[in-house]
Amino acid sequence: MAYKTYAEALIDALYQRMANDADIRLIGSWVLGLGPQRDLVDRIKDDFPERVMDPPASEAAVATLGIGSAMAGARPFVDIGTASFVFEAWSQIVNEAANAHYMSGGQISVPVVFHMLHGLRGGGAAQHSHSPQGMFWNCPGLEIVLPSSPRDVKGLMNAAIQSNNPTIVLDHAKLLGIEGEVPDDDDFIIPFGQADIKRQGGDVTIVATSLMVQVALEAADAMSQEGIDVEVVDPRTIVPLDKETILSSVEKTGHLVVVDEANISCGIASEISAIVAERAFASLRAPIIRVARPDSPVPFNAVLEAELTPTSEKVQAAVRKVLT
Amino acid sequence: MKPDRERKIRLFEQMLLMRRFEEMVIRLSTEGHVLGHFHVYTGQEATGAAILDLLQDDDLILSTHRNHGHIIGRGADPGRALAEIMGRVDGFNGGRGGTLHLCARSAGFLSTSAVVGGSIGLAIGAAYALKESQGDAISVAFFGDGALEEGIAFESLNIAALYDLPVLFVCENNSGGAAGAAAGEYPSSEMHAKQLIDIPGSLGIRSEIIDGADVSAIQQTVSGVLAGIRARRGPVFLETRTERWPGSRPLWPANLTGFTDLSMAWDKSKISGEYAAWIKNDDPVLLLAQELVETENVSQATILEIDQRVVEQMSSAREFALDSPLPEAATALSGVFAGKDHSGTPSRSSH
Repeated sequence: MAYKTYAEALIDALYQRMANDADIRLIGSWVLGLGPQRDLVDRIKDDFPERVMDPPASEAAVATLGIGSAMAGARPFVDIGTASFVFEAWSQIVNEAANAHYMSGGQISVPVVFHMLHGLRGGGAAQHSHSPQGMFWNCPGLEIVLPSSPRDVKGLMNAAIQSNNPTIVLDHAKLLGIEGEVPDDDDFIIPFGQADIKRQGGDVTIVATSLMVQVALEAADAMSQEGIDVEVVDPRTIVPLDKETILSSVEKTGHLVVVDEANISCGIASEISAIVAERAFASLRAPIIRVARPDSPVPFNAVLEAELTPTSEKVQAAVRKVLT
Repeated sequence: MKPDRERKIRLFEQMLLMRRFEEMVIRLSTEGHVLGHFHVYTGQEATGAAILDLLQDDDLILSTHRNHGHIIGRGADPGRALAEIMGRVDGFNGGRGGTLHLCARSAGFLSTSAVVGGSIGLAIGAAYALKESQGDAISVAFFGDGALEEGIAFESLNIAALYDLPVLFVCENNSGGAAGAAAGEYPSSEMHAKQLIDIPGSLGIRSEIIDGADVSAIQQTVSGVLAGIRARRGPVFLETRTERWPGSRPLWPANLTGFTDLSMAWDKSKISGEYAAWIKNDDPVLLLAQELVETENVSQATILEIDQRVVEQMSSAREFALDSPLPEAATALSGVFAGKDHSGTPSRSSH
């Protein structure tokens, strides 16, 4: 085990996969955005210069460059940059990548990864703060990966790059700097569809993804001071989704809070709440509570942004409420 | 039509206002008052000032993430612009937009979109609405050279040409010099066309290249094409070329050329240092000051008086912005839909 930042673990995985497989190409090398860790990408550019392309600001064409090349046998890793920019490539990902395998009767597979940085990052305002995971979830055919820790991003990146399906990897911009233990094994893989119980507890289940896992863990620590025992379940991938781990946890605790940074309507929290309501209703001892971003564009101002952001305090309030 | 002496003095004051404004933005950022990334208009002042000066009050403008110069160059209040950049309630957008999205509707702005190429598409929409109306107003799209990398640029140019939409496309090409990917910095324009104007040109759109630092050249060209656009004879595309300001570093603007010293316009011996070439050859504010003194018989004292007025104006703008409160957290959800008051209750029946 080594102690690494999320950004280091992410780049380690990408580097190792490119070292192992000459078919992998990096299209767009600003994988870590413009933040302080951005230089970590340099060793990929230095060691595989012929397999790194920095395309123009042409998201639609760049997406189909990835999709078309994947259909033809390459294994591209396409970095979109800020997740808000993916809307420029929406038709290509939704209409082409997501549909191709099914629509071709299984003749065509599209082993492309689309990577992007999502979420509220402080002053990003309405056009740089999106968390489009719920929108992607509405497009059958895409695998959707939401890592929450340095360990997970390594294992999930390794799985994403080896997947034969179009795969969306969403990293929260605020996760890049967090540190944690990461397995040394270069081939460490976390298979898709395996939720992780990030914290064991018996009173309340919190289901959270991406940065919200960290927020939920912080809330759970605070609640333990009050003698409330919170279990934090991190699905890690929402497509495929490990429903059984979520349902088992809710059957044990009888209480569910779902935390999601995307908008509350039609987001991850909505779907997970619906699944639990359908399949574990009898176990619930209180109505499910969703802690998510209210339905509004994201404001620039820090006070307004904070008002809309799911925080540890808001999660704690929800946990108290679900138990009363 | 080339600008006369009085008009040049007016343009100089507008350009200086843009320059002092951006210097203030960087200063406020250094002091910790500005949240998030921002882009400045420094080095492109002549383009904005010369074009905006020729527009009518009813013309509509679309701009980009690099919008500060356009907004205040159109006469919008610099105090409210600074307040918005600091996310204050008295900002044009009430603190909701910030630097990337300054929007002054009263000055004719419909949007300043941070989506690359976004202004081009919105401008053809504005022009479509204007074409249906009785007047001769037009829309103006400001965008950078990088916007032409986006598919929406091609789609929009084609539609504008097909329907003779009254729109002036202003491509502010600031990729001159060594900036961009070659310098190991954030990738700049990557366009495999010999000339940017070949792109609109291939669609039959009248296209011109102008020195973006020369107000006379810009006004001569723009005044020559505006009548045709107003008469609904089709769109026009301008590429205005400027040398990128050295402080416009890709990651964070820094005032590498210092607080502009106007006396450098007549005393070149004061210019030194790493960025001397840009200051001497490419600074549009200094170039116009020099022209006013050398060929338009404007005294150095007059130039410095104008500056004093502008600096005082910026000082009041700063004070106004810093005095403006932050928005109340409870208002975060107001304004999502039109026709609702701040409490979220419909103020009129629009739904």
